[in-house]
Amino acid sequence: MYDLGKIIPGLIVFVGLVSFPIWYNGGDAGAIPKPEKPVLAKECVADIQYMRTTHMQLLMAWRDDIVREGGARTWATARGTEYNRSLQSGCMKCHTSKKKFCDTCHEYAAVTPYCWDCHIAPQETK
Amino acid sequence: MRVLYPFLAVIAFILIALVGVRIPGGQSLIGIVLPYLAILAFTGGFVFKVLGWARSPVPFRIPTTCGQGVSLPWIKQNKLDCPSTFWGVAGRMLLEVLLFRSLFRNTKASIHKGPQLAYGSSKWLWLVGLTFHYSFLVIVIRHMRLFTNPMPAFLHALEFGDGILQVGAPQLYITDLLLVGALLFLFVRRLVMPQVRYISLANDYFPLFLILGIGITGILMRYFIRVDVVGIKQLAVGLVTFSPKIVGDIGSLFFIHLFLVCLLLIYFPFSKLMHLGGVFLSPTRNMANNSRMKRHINPWNDPNITPHSYAAYEDEFREFMVEAGIPVDKELAKPAESAAAGPAAEAAPAEG
Ligand code: HEC
Ligand code: HEC
Ligand code: HEC
Ligand code: HEM
Repeated sequence: MYDLGKIIPGLIVFVGLVSFPIWYNGGDAGAIPKPEKPVLAKECVADIQYMRTTHMQLLMAWRDDIVREGGARTWATARGTEYNRSLQSGCMKCHTSKKKFCDTCHEYAAVTPYCWDCHIAPQETK
Repeated sequence: MRVLYPFLAVIAFILIALVGVRIPGGQSLIGIVLPYLAILAFTGGFVFKVLGWARSPVPFRIPTTCGQGVSLPWIKQNKLDCPSTFWGVAGRMLLEVLLFRSLFRNTKASIHKGPQLAYGSSKWLWLVGLTFHYSFLVIVIRHMRLFTNPMPAFLHALEFGDGILQVGAPQLYITDLLLVGALLFLFVRRLVMPQVRYISLANDYFPLFLILGIGITGILMRYFIRVDVVGIKQLAVGLVTFSPKIVGDIGSLFFIHLFLVCLLLIYFPFSKLMHLGGVFLSPTRNMANNSRMKRHINPWNDPNITPHSYAAYEDEFREFMVEAGIPVDKELAKPAESAAAGPAAEAAPAEG
């Protein structure tokens, strides 16, 4: 073996980088998000699995439809729950707390939607 | 064939993953067992390969350089292309690793009327190669949001910058476009340029298809066929905290993505992709051209064979040489001036 004085430190750096998530987390998986269930309503605007995975695309579809195509602002689910197709006065009417609902998941998944630059989040009751 | 077979291989792997997630236990096989095997094969294989290279001596400096080496004080040395010091080499390595400097010198030969051969600079390969590698790096670093809880703060800046276009939700990442665009360019380049096509083998196309497969499944997941990211993060964080479990209905597209990534990791150390480690061990890049200041001894020399300089050789055979009429540096000593030493006696012993 030659040049081990340079190769071994290089390999240690390599293994250190590859194992970054292991030593960064230190064996602690952290808290799993528990979004608060709405008290007022029984069902969401769509199937719950669909909402979990695709709610951001649904919001964009609403926005495009309403703002650009002049689509309807109210709608109803197959089971007849009426709702506003709106971020502020739709989602946030049932999911009354941004902190206890949207943010729990988003902090976990490390996303920061910029919607709230303009849209107003409901007042947090503490 | 050299294009078709690797393509079919990647398609076959996708189908295997697609079927795999449907059989009972298949999800934990692809989601838990395979990732552990893959990361072990990747790190183990990588270290093994590098140590294998470390076993081969590179005794002498290889000054295949593109610049003037150290010489007389009034001849200007090209400190970057023909470095003679550690820091010069470090500079050359850094530029090579971070900016692909030797690829920047890529040229294109063309024949003009005459016939005349002309060489022109050709920067496309360099530009697209660099784009591909940096996009890949940014994507891999961004993926750390799935493996760390909470995510380190500096990654927010990266995500913000990458999604700065604020197109759609989830936000469009610039690197996603660049990655796929660059891969397609690199693939088409191999098909279209006759001389490159001629030397391209199946193992040149396979990594391109594999990474393209990973990129496309990732992009499909993010923008088109959504998957449960919270569930995936629980699995990913579970993997790195050694408590993996698959929760909920994640979506088979994710397992295809992960399966291809694992294959890439396993394939990596045993393929040309090892240039990731190899670039640091390139003898023409990492050796200072200091043969004139430092003596380099070949490690496999037999220690019993001691250096034998020409002066010593002449001392040994002078009589016979003079007898045979071969010119000598130092004439046969007349008894009276035997102590006088000619200039040749001071010559440095030859290397080896
Ligand atoms: C009519 C009231 C109502 C509206 C409007 C509404 N939701 Fe819901 N949402 C619910 C209820 C009730 C649940 C819980 C369903 C269950 O647990 O089966 C839920 C569940 C969810 C979930 C899954 C949470 C979990 O526990 O995994 C998400 C994500 C979600 N909603 C997002 C949204 C978004 C985004 C909007 C706006 C586009 C929205 N919801 C609008 C009532 C509503
Ligand atoms: C079940 C957990 C969960 C809940 C509850 C939830 N989200 Fe999300 N949301 C996510 C995840 C995970 C992502 C990131 C998806 C990705 O990266 O592909 C996301 C992404 C988004 C995005 C796109 C972010 C981007 O990249 O630009 C928007 C917009 C969004 N959520 C809005 C909402 C709103 C508004 C609410 C509250 C009404 C909400 N979400 C509640 C899990 C959730
Ligand atoms: C630059 C400011 C701005 C930003 C950022 C923004 N919006 Fe909007 N949004 C608007 C305006 C203005 C309207 C029009 C309101 C109306 O006509 O009622 C609107 C309307 C909407 C609507 C339909 C009407 C309603 O009441 O909600 C939806 C849905 C929507 N936005 C979702 C989003 C989502 C999701 C995001 C984040 C990814 C977002 N918006 C970010 C300004 C913004
Ligand atoms: C070689 C390594 C990998 C490459 C090149 C790669 C590539 C990609 C690309 C290009 C995307 C599109 C979105 C983005 O750019 O973030 C993506 C998304 C994704 N990848 Fe990977 N990936 C890799 C490894 C992994 C691994 C190991 C996992 C396992 C946890 C994973 C899980 C995901 C998920 C869940 C998404 C969707 C993210 C979202 O919806 O925001 N990837 N991948």
